[in-house]
Amino acid sequence: MRYVDEFRNPQKAKALLREIEKLIARIDICRHRPLSLMEVCGGHTHTIFKFGVETMLPDAVELVHGPGCPVCVLPMGRVDDCVALAETPGVIFTTFGDAMRVPGSKKSLLQAKAGGADVRMVYSPLDALKLARLYPEKEIVFFGLGFETTMPSTALTILQAEREGINNFSLFCNHITIIPTIKAILDSPELQIDGFLGPGHVSMVIGTQPYRFIAEHYKRPLVIAGFEPLDVLQSVWMLLKQIAEGRCEIENQYNRVVPEDANREALAAVNLVYELREFFEWRGLGSIDHSGVRLRAAYARYDAERKFSVPALRIADPKSCQCGEVLKGVIKPWDCKVFGSACTPESPLGALMVSSEGACAAYYQFGAIPRHNGTNVA
Amino acid sequence: MTVLLSNRSVAAPLRRRGSISVPTVTLAHGGGGSAMRNLIDDVFVSVFDNPALAPLEDQARFPLAELSRLGDRLALTTDSYVVDPLIFPGGDIGKLAVCGTINDLAVGGATPLYLTCSAIIEEGLEVDTLRALAKSMASAAADAGVLIVAGDTKVVHRGTCDKLFLNTAGVGVIREGVNLGADRCRPGDSVLVNGLLGDHGAAILNARGDMALSTAIESDCAALHGLIAELLVAAPSARFIRDATRGGLATVLNEAARASAVGIEISEAATPMREEVKAFCEILGLDPLYLANEGKIACVVPKDEQVAALQALRGHPLGRRAVIVGRVIAEWPGRVVMNTVFGGQRIVDMLVGDQLPRIC
Repeated sequence: MRYVDEFRNPQKAKALLREIEKLIARIDICRHRPLSLMEVCGGHTHTIFKFGVETMLPDAVELVHGPGCPVCVLPMGRVDDCVALAETPGVIFTTFGDAMRVPGSKKSLLQAKAGGADVRMVYSPLDALKLARLYPEKEIVFFGLGFETTMPSTALTILQAEREGINNFSLFCNHITIIPTIKAILDSPELQIDGFLGPGHVSMVIGTQPYRFIAEHYKRPLVIAGFEPLDVLQSVWMLLKQIAEGRCEIENQYNRVVPEDANREALAAVNLVYELREFFEWRGLGSIDHSGVRLRAAYARYDAERKFSVPALRIADPKSCQCGEVLKGVIKPWDCKVFGSACTPESPLGALMVSSEGACAAYYQFGAIPRHNGTNVA
Repeated sequence: MTVLLSNRSVAAPLRRRGSISVPTVTLAHGGGGSAMRNLIDDVFVSVFDNPALAPLEDQARFPLAELSRLGDRLALTTDSYVVDPLIFPGGDIGKLAVCGTINDLAVGGATPLYLTCSAIIEEGLEVDTLRALAKSMASAAADAGVLIVAGDTKVVHRGTCDKLFLNTAGVGVIREGVNLGADRCRPGDSVLVNGLLGDHGAAILNARGDMALSTAIESDCAALHGLIAELLVAAPSARFIRDATRGGLATVLNEAARASAVGIEISEAATPMREEVKAFCEILGLDPLYLANEGKIACVVPKDEQVAALQALRGHPLGRRAVIVGRVIAEWPGRVVMNTVFGGQRIVDMLVGDQLPRIC
């Protein structure tokens, strides 16, 4: 595939790995313990596992798979709300595919569907709007989730619905914001992260400025990274270079996509349609102030939470589940008490086992292979 | 049970064939009366026609002597086909139902001989569509040299099946000395595939139309018994052959690795795929290793037969793009590991359920 293969070039990877080794030799911390780098975004986690990036890195670098999988951090109570909406007579509940399997306290959307609820997988909120036009007698609810990456597209869909005067469409808004979340992780007393790989797609919307506080206040470097494996390796190299040189900055590896400034149009739509919630509940991380958004009063008629009655109950995470500690990098997925036993992709207890972007599912599925095992066959 | 057909050695039917003139199938066509008889005659009997064809008994009958000349074991298989849409680029449910069952026989080393055809029809299906699909079955069977010798039709209420479900069972004979099994792979063996992977899965997903992508990917649906017969001549000690249908190459290799308690190591760079299929998966967040194929096999042969096996596959029109994708190893028993194009390594596990596209 043109424009993609060049970012998967194994020779370039080898050259970068040699440079990474050289940098490690210059970093003092590496003599005592491995460096912990957190990739915030689930897309990076996916790339890291899909291409076996972790198996190529030297032992002195550890990757911690952060909270950036929007499906994984969805609390059980919100899934229960989804199921309740989906089971409301006359409702067609539309969702992205990987949210279908997330366990609620009683069932997942997949199980609700099997029980007769009309749950449909869509690829874009515009597909849901199309259903609203097609079935004027039905109520179409779109399950909006994701960080700033997907926020503009749902905002623009709401504006489109308003323009067309479509009234049988609503959004169950579970959008979350990245900055308060990173801040919550940085404030965690158990934290031991030496640097961050910043989310590429989110930054395409919000630009690079909002990350400044991480370098300035928390003294941690962050490199906004692209999603191809060379992007990830190069970003690791950039982080190590900063650490080796005693710098602590916000850098942008993904500059072919991410501008320094925010995408004003996208943010304008977001600000028009959404307002910050006082707090939002995260699976594993608990309640984080100002970490979620909801529709403004002016768009209340498109708000599924106002249009329908949802249980909105707070369901505590299962006690045995250690998703929070995994998300914060305090333990590795396989250190969790229930990893691979009570919690598997077939019957996930914790959300990290659900989506392929969840750290636990990724380890379970792609497997933790000892490093430097790569030899070529055929 | 409705009798459709009988066997090779029976005289031509005396009864006049029925026909239907209404445009759609209704519940009346499933009632067991003359309407049903007419539907069966018109749609199925007329095209499954062969010298032995006659709607006689509740079962097809075969002379054992003829079968035992071909080998020393019978192979029997059954498969149901519920694909949506019924007609897709590169094939349709009829062709699929014939080729799929032939392949299930052939991968066990059997020469496929007879098929049955059972149709569950949703009321309201256009008769012309049904005719076209039956014709497609007939021509796939004729091309493959197998006979459709018995069948059944049921018509069900709208909403209780999706337009048309087909079931085909198949009988074949396994030649003496051919012993294939998922539990026979040994470290050192080579793993081959007969061509580009993922075409069928991508074509079906694309044909459903909800991706709004325009690609020209066609299903690879094909009967592989000819190819497999040549492979078995070239590589008589072949260990294992499986068609990489639902769950794709990844699933088939996992089954072999588990059954043989060996590891299988494959190379992503060697795994043959169309650029379109790769791009399709890239956009939708799918893994092409799990996409269904309907004309592709994975086979494991001892290393000293790998060259002969590869040549045999490449010498057949359905195996021109055959390659060695990996090898059987002693490490990682029960696991499939892949060396990625990027130079890393990962485990290729079984899927839990369907692949679900990723959100971002």
